[in-house]
Amino acid sequence: MSETITSAGAASDVASGIDKFLKDTTLFLSPDPEIMNNHGLEPRTAYEEASIARENDPRRLEILRERLLAGVNESFEMLEQMGAAPGAKWGDCVSAVYTASGDLSLASTGGVVIFCNLVQYPIKFINKYWTEESSVGVREGDAFLVNDARYGQAHNTDQSLMLPVFWEGRIVAWAGATVHEGENGAIEPGGMPSTAEQVWDEGLKISPIKVAENYELKRDLVTFLQNSVREPKLQYADMKVKMYVCRRIERRIHEAIAEFGVEAVVAALRMNLEDTAAEVRRRFLEWPDGTVRHAWWTDGTLRENCLIKINLELVKKGDSLTFDYRGSSPEFTNRSNNSLDITVKGMLAQLFLTFIWPDLPRNQGVLEPVKFIFDTPSILKPAFGTPNAQSMMSVFTAWSVGQVSAMKFLHSVPHKHTRVVAPWFNMINTFLFGGITQHGEMVGNVCADINGMGGGALADRDGQHSCAPIFATMADLGEQEFIEEEMPFIQLVSKKLMRDNQGFGRTRGGMGYQMVLAMRDSPAFGFMLTAIGCKFPNVPGLFGGYGCPTYPLARVSGIDVFEILRTNPGQFRYSIEELMNERPFPEATYSTHPMSLPYTLAKRGELYMIAQGTGGGMGDPLDRDPAAVVRDLEEGLLSAEAAWRVYRVVAEAGTLRIDQDATAAARDEARRERIAASRPFDEFRKDWVKPAPSPDIPYFGCWDDRTRVHAGRSDVTHPAGQVLPPVRLPNPLQTRIDALERELAVLRGGG
Amino acid sequence: MKVFVTTALTIDLESEAWECAHCGHELGPARDSYKRGLLVRERDPAEVHAPILDPARYAFTFAPDPAWCRLLEYCCPHCGHLAEVEYLPPGHPPAHDIELDIDALKAQWAAREEQTEPSLGPDFTPPPHHHH
Ligand SMILES: [Zn+2]
Repeated sequence: MSETITSAGAASDVASGIDKFLKDTTLFLSPDPEIMNNHGLEPRTAYEEASIARENDPRRLEILRERLLAGVNESFEMLEQMGAAPGAKWGDCVSAVYTASGDLSLASTGGVVIFCNLVQYPIKFINKYWTEESSVGVREGDAFLVNDARYGQAHNTDQSLMLPVFWEGRIVAWAGATVHEGENGAIEPGGMPSTAEQVWDEGLKISPIKVAENYELKRDLVTFLQNSVREPKLQYADMKVKMYVCRRIERRIHEAIAEFGVEAVVAALRMNLEDTAAEVRRRFLEWPDGTVRHAWWTDGTLRENCLIKINLELVKKGDSLTFDYRGSSPEFTNRSNNSLDITVKGMLAQLFLTFIWPDLPRNQGVLEPVKFIFDTPSILKPAFGTPNAQSMMSVFTAWSVGQVSAMKFLHSVPHKHTRVVAPWFNMINTFLFGGITQHGEMVGNVCADINGMGGGALADRDGQHSCAPIFATMADLGEQEFIEEEMPFIQLVSKKLMRDNQGFGRTRGGMGYQMVLAMRDSPAFGFMLTAIGCKFPNVPGLFGGYGCPTYPLARVSGIDVFEILRTNPGQFRYSIEELMNERPFPEATYSTHPMSLPYTLAKRGELYMIAQGTGGGMGDPLDRDPAAVVRDLEEGLLSAEAAWRVYRVVAEAGTLRIDQDATAAARDEARRERIAASRPFDEFRKDWVKPAPSPDIPYFGCWDDRTRVHAGRSDVTHPAGQVLPPVRLPNPLQTRIDALERELAVLRGGG
Repeated sequence: MKVFVTTALTIDLESEAWECAHCGHELGPARDSYKRGLLVRERDPAEVHAPILDPARYAFTFAPDPAWCRLLEYCCPHCGHLAEVEYLPPGHPPAHDIELDIDALKAQWAAREEQTEPSLGPDFTPPPHHHH
């Protein structure tokens, strides 16, 4: 070989030529791993460097930051007030400012942090691919839309609009608005299809596309999107709303630039991120060094029940924290319960920004000192072709194991920024609905009860009832009457707390309410439920407190309750417990089910009944103030049976006057019984631990060695991240048909 | 000096031992799992999360399925206070949940004042925000 490349310049020419060739011939611009795998901050740009060199007075930057935040909060109010989606009305939305490079710098004070944390990714995609692309380009007045979670969204039911903010021809920031829209044209109405077996069953797959030029939505694209979903009016209305919201942010940024100068705005947005990251590192230094291990099991895919492990080892060293989720379940290649790793990260940003350090500015700098490790592929980092429409079935558990583990680090820290809290309830015990309304309109969406999760107990105080979802601490439940004006169903029992649905503890969790609903006036309307936790509870307690119970769907069919209420209203009962145990309607059929009902058409006046979940309790229930127990008794939150069984409180029947001495004696006796019934740990462990999970229950994830995972079978393990063949479950209906066919063959004498 | 690791468990830095936060009973080396110094019993979760719907009539009653989930309750061998409740599938190895770097902990607390009780932290005050 005589030919040599003689200069570095020639070599780099060749390299850039190859890059250009590859770029020009790329057939499909899928999500870019370089973008998607980096949750940290982009490097400072030269313009940011120059701006910070000129503008670095922290007081001035702080004034500017507050000024910009006021603008973002104003835009959030617009989003909530004008948004057409139920999610927008009840606070499942957010607006935010991003740096020119796409990092989330300022999120609105209300709303869902995870939504905007994830919008960094599509903005970075647009910056990288569309800016130089002659057929697209990024110009002043453009706006872009995205909903495909794999390019950066919490799930496909959300849609984000992104608008570049220009100043003198240069992008100086991005404005973004996200709404949980609901309907997205998936295989089931409402945007969160549990029966999706392929990504193409999940509805709209909007990669970042330009939907507006010169601040005008492109009507041809809007029409295409409307044509792809069940709620065309909603699709258009909320695109317009998000456009106005982003324009308001743009206007407030322009005004700030006019007053403070563009360098000050650019420096403020950048320093907000860097200062937050530095403060988080400082706060991690206050935590003890060490490892906290915690695992949890979800009990189903929404199609079938099985044990799915989410495994966490949380390692804190110096000024950084590592979430190591290795050993968690393999991915389910034809189920929708997988969560993207970016969703896990975004949810954990929410953990820090609302549950641990609510005083920090809401931006993505909070995750800069945090590392993540996943098996690839796995349920928390699935492959590109794996469905994720019901990511909440795994990411919320991943969030909760993170919450529990963080609290075990946090309790001993002398200088806290908020209080240690027991696990928040984490599952979406709510109805999805779809069909024709009394106004003749097609709808598909979700009830705001999704926001009614019970709060965890605090060390000095009970948790709050049906308080807020884990993904947004300031969200509403909505007015029932308002919903009934628009939708053809009625909640006959609504927002009524359910007795004994309590996370017991010295302080108890905030309890969940019950929902008893029936469809009334529609030619075609149905319900759907997408919640796990009917066999294995969804959250534990903390430090000796208990978690939540399990939650079923209860149904009463074969009746028209509206006729009963008209002719014999005294027959009705106002709780799930009474309706199911007393069976007041002799002609009805009563049944219970997992809370994972696929979309089912409802009959007029049949009852669908579920309860919201309770947050976890904290500390030994035998230490609970007897007066607090009696207060719960008086308020109908606790039965006398549970007051005795769990709390050992002795009170006079009728007056409920507490017998303090008898209570103390009963509690001492209960502790002695506890000691007598228990064994030393090492001795117990020898008998308790089995080499593998039960063969009777399909099991997914590691057992004791996190490098080996089960993929359904008790007797077979695979190297984590290398499950072959990948998990692929049969259609539950086919499984049922096969079983019935076998029975039939036996009955016919053939088998 | 004592470090309040949980509401139920402290670590004494001088003796490097876990202690019961209620009675002060020494539970074992701080470098080891605190569980080894506690007593444990297994329970059917329905004993705590009792059925709300009639179990004779319904498959799902609000009580966890004992074939899927069991409770391990850990208590102080001296005073019987509950320190931890673990929810596990039957036979699953209990977690070594809290493993602190004791040398780092001692260095960290050498520069801190001793606490007589765990610090609660400030109350959360929501920022101004309107709802409708
Ligand atoms: Zn004790």
